[in-house]
Amino acid sequence: MTIRGLTKTFGAVDALKDVSLEVKPGEFLAVLGPSGCGKTTLLRMIAGFETVSFGEIEIEGEVVSRPGYEVPPNRRRIGIVFQNYALWPHMSVAENIGYSLKVAKIAAGERKRRIEEALSVVSLSGMGDRSPGSLSGGQRQRVALARCLVAEPALVLFDEPLANLDVHLRASMEDEFAAFHKRTGTTVVYITHDQTEAMALADRIAVMDHGRIMQLAAPQTIYHEPANEMVARFISHGMVIPVTMRTSERNGTCEADILGQPITLRCRTGEAPRSGAVVCCRAEDVRPAKDNEPGFDGTIKRVVYQGGVARIDFAPAAAPDLNIHFVQPDPQPFAAGDSARLCFTGGWLIPENTQTGHSA
Amino acid sequence: MGVSAPEGQGQRMALTAMVVAVIVVFSLMPMLRLLQEIVLPGGHFSLAAVGKGLGDPVVWRATMNSLVVGLGGTALALVLGVLVAFIVGLTDIRMTQALVLCFVTPLMIAPQVTALAWLQLFGPSSALLHLFGIAPPLGTPNPLYSAGGIMALLGIQYSPLVFLVVRAGMRRLPRELVEAAKASGAGPFRVAGTIILPLMTPVIVGAAALTFVSCVGNFGIPAFLGIPANYLVLPTLIFQRLAGGGPAVLSDVAFLSVIIGVIAMAGIFLQDFYSRRRDFRITTASLPPEPYALGRWRLPLELSMIALIAVILVLPICGLLMTSLVRGYGVMLTADTITLDNYRFILFEHAASRRAFLNSFSLSIAVAIFAVFVAVPVGYVIAWGKARWIKWLSVSVELPYALPGVVLAIASLLLFLKPLPVLGVQLYNTVWIILFAYLARFLVLSVRPTVNAYAQIDRSLEEAAEVAGARLFTRLSTIVFPLVAPAAIAGGILVFMTALSELTVSALLWSSGAETLGVVIFSFEQGGDSKYASALSAVVVAITFLMMLGVNLFARKLPSGVLPWRD
Repeated sequence: MTIRGLTKTFGAVDALKDVSLEVKPGEFLAVLGPSGCGKTTLLRMIAGFETVSFGEIEIEGEVVSRPGYEVPPNRRRIGIVFQNYALWPHMSVAENIGYSLKVAKIAAGERKRRIEEALSVVSLSGMGDRSPGSLSGGQRQRVALARCLVAEPALVLFDEPLANLDVHLRASMEDEFAAFHKRTGTTVVYITHDQTEAMALADRIAVMDHGRIMQLAAPQTIYHEPANEMVARFISHGMVIPVTMRTSERNGTCEADILGQPITLRCRTGEAPRSGAVVCCRAEDVRPAKDNEPGFDGTIKRVVYQGGVARIDFAPAAAPDLNIHFVQPDPQPFAAGDSARLCFTGGWLIPENTQTGHSA
Repeated sequence: MGVSAPEGQGQRMALTAMVVAVIVVFSLMPMLRLLQEIVLPGGHFSLAAVGKGLGDPVVWRATMNSLVVGLGGTALALVLGVLVAFIVGLTDIRMTQALVLCFVTPLMIAPQVTALAWLQLFGPSSALLHLFGIAPPLGTPNPLYSAGGIMALLGIQYSPLVFLVVRAGMRRLPRELVEAAKASGAGPFRVAGTIILPLMTPVIVGAAALTFVSCVGNFGIPAFLGIPANYLVLPTLIFQRLAGGGPAVLSDVAFLSVIIGVIAMAGIFLQDFYSRRRDFRITTASLPPEPYALGRWRLPLELSMIALIAVILVLPICGLLMTSLVRGYGVMLTADTITLDNYRFILFEHAASRRAFLNSFSLSIAVAIFAVFVAVPVGYVIAWGKARWIKWLSVSVELPYALPGVVLAIASLLLFLKPLPVLGVQLYNTVWIILFAYLARFLVLSVRPTVNAYAQIDRSLEEAAEVAGARLFTRLSTIVFPLVAPAAIAGGILVFMTALSELTVSALLWSSGAETLGVVIFSFEQGGDSKYASALSAVVVAITFLMMLGVNLFARKLPSGVLPWRD
């Protein structure tokens, strides 16, 4: 599937602005963003439930959406796993799964065979006669999977499928989705606001905010090399801290001063000293400084015990408004109000002024 | 929406066209025809009919009377309805299900049957009063033949309407507001007076406006109670003039029906205004307040509710039954005089009433089936449609029901007095004109619960079918219809029950051979045959009550708020 320059306006509001992306056959792409970022609008446009204002959507080489031309959802060869499963309560499990085959006028014998097959793929063999209401949450989710699987769609869309499940079920469904993708090799676009889910499942993640794609890259890249401040902050509560650059890039790193501490930063090719440079540091880039080691002083603001480890919030004396946080295993010596000296061990220099970034 | 596609749009356009056609034919056309008669009679602009009407003192008196009984009936309905809604909604009174069923029943009984039943209760020939030897002497007028009597019965007839609206409003009242007042130390009466009543004011005013419209448009009660006392309101004046003058006076009575229409519209706008003004700070979804424990007052209050039900429901029905069982006017009902002759007469001997059973049943079934099948696509467009203009157009589906029945009856007469153009078919003086008017008037009774059901169904159920490859009509028949069918069918049953004993519309549209049950009951009573009218009414009430209980059996499969008599 390819999306080019997709824009959606509701009245005066741009719900989606100039979104372009390409999903390779068999790829698992997660679209990740805070609520209201436009990810649901994007899904509904791919499915054909919303018209496009500008741009176009192409599925398997055929344009399905462009302004003034919409292939209806029933002709797009897509499958959707809805957040609330959307199983038809007046049909049995088998009837739910076989619906698209019946609509496509597939003969009863063939239909039965494919329903059985789909049921066994999601390990629900023998449950075809049950009604959806008698199933557990996880089983319903699997029926929803089987239902979209049976039509052999070109593309499967997941609309926050785990948002309604409890934590334990969520973990096992994550495994199930991963297995499903591996087994079927279907192309998947997976909408979620949960970054652990996206990290665990996706080949690539598209981070969205305010209707734009902020970064489209592999999970590791998103985590270690955020393209801009939004991605840096959104993913794992990254810290964004101003730095003074001292050297240009060499072998992917450069020298800089952070809160008065000299440090070697990872950075993009071709970076040169500039004003207003900021760095993204993760909690694991911070630790208490050893004696005589370069670092910076400040005050412990808060200690939050998280079971086995504690998350510590720290205000540097040089810039008290900055919140530095890091994690210490039990037992840890800090208490709120203590003075302490910390140091950074690394960081990623956020590229200059790029609103969107594409890196494979 | 500027959407074009190689396929798939045809069905959507067909659906839209069908819905628009239904709305135009059954809603806009009659109303426009009526307006045309007032200002453009015969195709030329003229206000002669308006001037003639305005200069007629009888019209003025009837208008005044309409307003007086409308306001009086509304006031009584408000007091009764709000009181019962508060008791049911706020206290731990038991048997609420049965209480609500009984209290709402008068709304399901045709007004003329209510009127007839009460007349049997109070008149000099009252079998019940004779039983206790306290009947007024023969020859004295029935005390209900008066403005006061009309108001009292309108109040009783429509107090369930107030109850239903206020009860629904109270369900949306967040418990936190009540609990915060309790926590501040307020007692139950203070909470009711300072928290609940002020928050419910928009709802109560809306209910009052709705009730007022119903009272002003009511025909059955002022026809039975007012005509004998020569106390005329607008609907009965229209009936008398039309009965006396025939189609020749149609233009004049058209103006009268517009006066009722204008009064009703004022009420409708008031109601709409107040329903929009609902305080949005209290629209948060929350549980209803915990009921107040009545303690030692519970039993006395329950007994007084039973007494209330006895007075407004049981006694009049008893009066009706007893009259239906006596041999003649003023005869005492004893073990010796009791007879089923009246029932035998109306069921097997009297040709017109046998025809009326057939007519009313066929009409009601036809209307109910039509209503169910039209409600599904109309509801789809109203509830899930995207185009705003069609939603706006759909509001007019409400019009033929919101406006008094006489307005629609007159409009139908105007439309079909002459044979249909092109086809040359004559509907006037046949049962088909009644069918048309019923279709227009009662359609909304099934559309409303269906729209309500759509609102409670997740749209993704249809979208799932769409991505599974189903086109619009396939989705409608395999997914949407099964999901909303219970509500649509319940709506159809409401339509059936309402149409079965309907009088207002058929009183103006009936012709020999095309009588309805309502018309025959009315004719019996006007001819002094109360015993036959009572027997026929008793049969209708029995059918109504059995249907209510029957529908209750599958009530659990219905979305909430579909059956008015289910709490």
